[in-house]
Amino acid sequence: MAGEIILKVRDIHKSYGSTEVLRGISFDVQKGETKVFIGSSGTGKSTLLRCINQLTVPDRGQVWLHGEEVTHSGKEINRLRQKIGMVFQNFNLFDHLTARKNVEVALIKVRKMNRKEAGDKAMEELVRVGLEDKADLYPAELSGGQAQRVSIARALAMDPDVMLFDEPTSALDPELTGEVLQVMKDLAQNGMTMLVVTHEMGFACSVANEIIFMEKGEILESGSPSELICNPRYDRTKQFLNKLGELYGDIGRQR
Amino acid sequence: MKDLLFIREVLIPPLLEGLAVTIKLIFFSIPFGLLAGMIIATGRVYGNRMISFLCRAYVIVFKGTPLLMLLFLIYFGLPSLGISFQPFTAAVIGFVICNGAYNSEYIRGALLSVRTGQLMAAEALGMTRGQAVINIILPQAMRRALPGISNEIIYLIKYSSLAYMLTCIELTGAGKIVASRYFKFTLVFLVVGVFYLCLVTIAGRILGFLEKKLQIPGLIK
Repeated sequence: MAGEIILKVRDIHKSYGSTEVLRGISFDVQKGETKVFIGSSGTGKSTLLRCINQLTVPDRGQVWLHGEEVTHSGKEINRLRQKIGMVFQNFNLFDHLTARKNVEVALIKVRKMNRKEAGDKAMEELVRVGLEDKADLYPAELSGGQAQRVSIARALAMDPDVMLFDEPTSALDPELTGEVLQVMKDLAQNGMTMLVVTHEMGFACSVANEIIFMEKGEILESGSPSELICNPRYDRTKQFLNKLGELYGDIGRQR
Repeated sequence: MKDLLFIREVLIPPLLEGLAVTIKLIFFSIPFGLLAGMIIATGRVYGNRMISFLCRAYVIVFKGTPLLMLLFLIYFGLPSLGISFQPFTAAVIGFVICNGAYNSEYIRGALLSVRTGQLMAAEALGMTRGQAVINIILPQAMRRALPGISNEIIYLIKYSSLAYMLTCIELTGAGKIVASRYFKFTLVFLVVGVFYLCLVTIAGRILGFLEKKLQIPGLIK
């Protein structure tokens, strides 16, 4: 895949007080590519995703989307964020709105679509994640897996160029994880550009074009699934993969 | 028997007129009190330093001083600065200022209780902070604040009687006039009490219904 580069991340630094969470992260993302970020907790994976759409403002470094700078974009950030979909660990659905309204609201308020148009588009996205029959239910009436699929539909409705997934299955029962991963796989196969923070190595192996292993706020190594999982260069990476293996079974190695 | 006749023929007609004024006072005060509460609370939670400080100062001042004093200031004090109001208007202004201060406390707590994740999600979709607060956070906060606001509305119904001190003849004032003329204080104010009790009961019912109606399905309180 020698596609066009749509997202550039350069030298991102972020500290909270005296703790350096990110220490110079750079990478490029090609159109249609899926990158999976792994690494133990506290290595800044989630912070990195939030720096990309400026929910967290990095101390240093730049993010470029289609050649337009996302960092230091001032008021333009609200327009750029529409192009960067985000899915959160805790879904963060709007509790007072039905599934359909959750998807609709930004179309109406941000995209200024009329209600009819927005409603149709919302239904379209709910069909895409297999939830057309849950459109009129409220978030508290949905299972975790359904809620997460609604939140994916909500992000997709804005027609983003790239989707960020911040541990999308970590708050789910193992039984519900599958349905969310399936939606994500379909997305990847249909050419969506995705950055995914996850511990689901099965997903990483079957979908990722590149796996990035982060350690202490830096990218320690990266490569295709087979490279990184079968032949990790660093002991630290090996250790981490072994730990994941103990916890979740050696999914990656069985390929 | 004589008392019943007195109540029916002499007392009830002026009390009904007073009741109409009381209801009008409440009717005008509630929406503006709500609006004031929302603005003050939102300013405190999401405003910049200056706005947040001003909103806090507002709450401290108007929660910390008697309503009657405020009413006197508005009705008797402001004319010396060239600003004068009708008694009814002066009363409504005072009620709104006071009601808004108390409402804002409930709404502020409710705003803080809505998970910040939803604000992040809204901003990630391209909403401005203002759009996110108005469309996502406030609607949920208002639902959570409703039980407290209901209480304030009940109080408002009762302290609306202070309007009488500004010569705005509402329910209590109408009663006072009849009581003084016929020297029947016990009887008159017992009947006035019954009127207030009815008002508060009806308001309680309506607010309870509203609370149920606005409840978000599936969400356990």
